[in-house]
Amino acid sequence: MSQSTKNFSLPSKFRLSAVFDALMPVFATIAALLVGAIFLLLLGANPITAYSALLEGAFGSFNAFAETLVKSIPLLLIGLGTCIAYRGSVTNIGGEGQMIVGALLSTWIGLSFINLPGWLMIIIAMLAGSLGGAIWGGLPGLLKAYFNVNEILSTVMMNAIAVQIMNYMLRGPLIDPVQAEAASQIPQTARLEVAYRLPRLAPTRLHIGLLIAILLAVAVYILLWRTTLGYRIRAVGQNQAASKYGGIDVKKHIVLALLLSGAFAGLAGMMQVYGVNYRMITDGSSTGFTGNAGFNGIVAALFGQLHPIITIPASILFGGLLVGANAMQRVVQVPSALITGLNGLVVVFVVSSEYFRKRNQRKHLAAIEAGLDNEPPRQNGENLEEVPA
Amino acid sequence: MISDLFTATVIMGIISSGIRLATPYLFASIGEMFGQRSGVLNLGVEGQMLLGAFTAYYVVLKTGNLFLAVLAAMAVGAIMGLAMGFVTIRLQATQGIAGIGFYLFGMGMSNLLFQKLIGVVENINGFPIVKIPLLGDIPVIGEIFFQQNLLVYLAFLLVPIAWFVLNKTTLGLKIRAVGENPEAADSLGVSVVRVRYFTVILGGILSSIAGASLSVALLNVFQQNMTAGQGFIAVALVYFGSWRPFGILAGALLFSMVNALQLWIQVLGIPIPSELAVMMPYILTILVLALSLSKDKGPSALTKAFEREG
Repeated sequence: MSQSTKNFSLPSKFRLSAVFDALMPVFATIAALLVGAIFLLLLGANPITAYSALLEGAFGSFNAFAETLVKSIPLLLIGLGTCIAYRGSVTNIGGEGQMIVGALLSTWIGLSFINLPGWLMIIIAMLAGSLGGAIWGGLPGLLKAYFNVNEILSTVMMNAIAVQIMNYMLRGPLIDPVQAEAASQIPQTARLEVAYRLPRLAPTRLHIGLLIAILLAVAVYILLWRTTLGYRIRAVGQNQAASKYGGIDVKKHIVLALLLSGAFAGLAGMMQVYGVNYRMITDGSSTGFTGNAGFNGIVAALFGQLHPIITIPASILFGGLLVGANAMQRVVQVPSALITGLNGLVVVFVVSSEYFRKRNQRKHLAAIEAGLDNEPPRQNGENLEEVPA
Repeated sequence: MISDLFTATVIMGIISSGIRLATPYLFASIGEMFGQRSGVLNLGVEGQMLLGAFTAYYVVLKTGNLFLAVLAAMAVGAIMGLAMGFVTIRLQATQGIAGIGFYLFGMGMSNLLFQKLIGVVENINGFPIVKIPLLGDIPVIGEIFFQQNLLVYLAFLLVPIAWFVLNKTTLGLKIRAVGENPEAADSLGVSVVRVRYFTVILGGILSSIAGASLSVALLNVFQQNMTAGQGFIAVALVYFGSWRPFGILAGALLFSMVNALQLWIQVLGIPIPSELAVMMPYILTILVLALSLSKDKGPSALTKAFEREG
């Protein structure tokens, strides 16, 4: 937007509203926290004490911040997958199941081959994790493209199936030999070899997965806006009929969007095992393993306006909320489940704020029509015209 | 061992529990169907169910009054439905994503309230079994169909009522018109906005009753995340049943019967891994969705926000 020659007052006003638009997610979060403050008051807790405990717990010390970053890694990876899928207009809510299958496949390989060099196994495991997630995401993609099965439903079903596969594997074939002997029979795998664990970045639990995830965020940006594949995925997402008319294989790109999205979730599952727990353990539910990252990652991506780079700070913010929630629970005795509820409100407020963004845009267009301004309409960050050569 | 399944008592047990287990699906799916027929996809059913389950349970725990409990759950469901309606109808937010938001909200809030206000898992006296006079005395059939609790009867009664409302009343016509062609409905003087608010609030109420049926009629206890994905399955059943009440009934029964079978397999100790048994209904649903011959695309305006031109 270069309108230095404009003398009208409208363009500058418009720039202001563009800033306002960009800050919508921030307002949405503040609104959710305000609603949270009302809940805290109703539950007899001081919101200021609660929120300062939360901030302190998330960002207050070197170790706290490291924990926040650890929590943000799966959110970022799921969020990147969400960016790809939602840009392609497929609603993947199967992140939980895709994470689990990625984790299972990579753990199984890590426990089966014990004498490989660490770096080699880590690479194999990352590929295996991505592959597991890609299969679990690609299946709903195929079902949608070729059998007309709604992907929201199939991904939910696939989540439930993945949980049962995990429970079965950890109680049976993959159970820690020690537990198989013991009376306790805790459903968990053996620990991974020390050499196979993701290197740590500092004397904290933070591992190299953070750097990999950030690099991948850049890669997703390049994929979506600088490659033909990404262009086609977005084109299919915006207008299937026109894409088909333009010669794009719509079905193939629907499958690819879900498959890629699943691969990121599978990698998140692998990193949870190789970087944090060093084994898989189940309490019977999916959240027991994922910590609900499959859903919270979607929240982070939405907060990041489905832009992979903005999703990085968004993931750190939501990772911080999750870590801080535990500190808040200790200080004011309000269960950390409050934060899950508030995350939900953030989603609701962010999608609702689109309304105001569109209204601003319409006002602007109306102003153009009225001849007050000859600036081209803003594209809302969606420049589909940039066709890569 | 497998032959244990084919004794009369076990088969009756499977059918009888299958019918009971269909209750939450029926309430939630019929509610969801009304929303979708008018063009609104509500993915927040799971959250509405959890809040409904908690509310009903809490009221029974504090007052012992079952009807008050269901009423309270209905009120909470109506508020959740109203909120969903405001966001998707007035603010025209993307329906699927807004629904995920309400799901997370309902899950977080029900967990929060349970931990803060109750904390321990405690059984309550839920809806008792009501034996229907005469019909309940018929051997076998009476035992299976007419010795259930009140909410089970209501759920099954809801199916023909929903069919009648949808197909034989003006209201139903308006709902279908708004879901198929909102512009035309609007030009004929039907308020698209009002019809959609109605169906979404109705959906919220029925989802909450579905949750309540779990906590105060079927299991008589509240646990965190006790719905365990049933709200999402309820949404799937609407597609499964091609947006028709009797189709939904068939889907709900199929799903709950397989579920009941799976429970009995575990009870009888038949050597099939229980995990495999638990995942059967999900695999079945995917297969049926994929292979169903009617490639019904559903209401034309589903997930599309309505805005009057000009």
